[in-house]
Amino acid sequence: MNSFAAAQVPIAAYLILAAALFSVGVAAFLIKRNLITIFMSIELMLNAVNLTFVAFAHMWHQVSGQIFVFFVMVVAAAEAAVGLAIIIAIFRTRQTLNVDQIDLMKS
Amino acid sequence: MQLALFLIFGGLAAAGAINLLLQRHPINSALSLVVVMMSLAVLYWSLGAEFLAASQVIVYSGAIMVFFVFVIMLLNAGEEERTHGSRAAYIVGFPGAAAIFCLLSFVFLSERHALGSSNIGGYLNHVTSNIAEISTLLFTKLLLPFEVTSILILVAILGAVVLARKEQ
Repeated sequence: MNSFAAAQVPIAAYLILAAALFSVGVAAFLIKRNLITIFMSIELMLNAVNLTFVAFAHMWHQVSGQIFVFFVMVVAAAEAAVGLAIIIAIFRTRQTLNVDQIDLMKS
Repeated sequence: MQLALFLIFGGLAAAGAINLLLQRHPINSALSLVVVMMSLAVLYWSLGAEFLAASQVIVYSGAIMVFFVFVIMLLNAGEEERTHGSRAAYIVGFPGAAAIFCLLSFVFLSERHALGSSNIGGYLNHVTSNIAEISTLLFTKLLLPFEVTSILILVAILGAVVLARKEQ
């Protein structure tokens, strides 16, 4: 029990968890058909990248990676506000959230 | 302690992400994304980033996800239906994501000795406090980028208001 309490986690484990979250985000981005869910999978990918930043900041004993995460959070908040406003505007004109029916630029 | 936290909350984050992928209704996906973000906050804390853990809870799972849930309610989004486009995405999407995951894990595992391991809480070089170090850097060396982000937020607010406004 004592050795378990003192056990350390390799940085590689955090990075692999971040890679798993990122690839699940990529898969959700490609597979999901709902505009809002696609937007949420982008947020998931941003979070996965943030985890790698924090893990590397921990590894190098530096704070610059954490500051980078701070700026990513600020930009993500701005991006969420603009993106959801665009989704509302799209829904108002087309009455749907299905990406297969939003194909104005396809033809 | 560190290992237990990583196993519990890393597993919770992975389970939440997969639940986001599997759920058909957007509100269920949004709630599982909140689970992912809260467990990531605990992982940040265990990596010694207390400020980021707090702002992850406040900004991401507080502000952004509440915004998402509001939009889902406002647009009355229902379950998504399967269409032709989703079949092509299934054929490309799952192998592509699996390839990304395999490539990244291969690189990380082959470099795992150089990457080392982590102690709970962590420590910085020649500093006493994490938050003091962040604020010192943010308000001296990175003052200009910090102020530019406030302009960015202002522009984003204006853009959101203009885009979401009803056409006259």
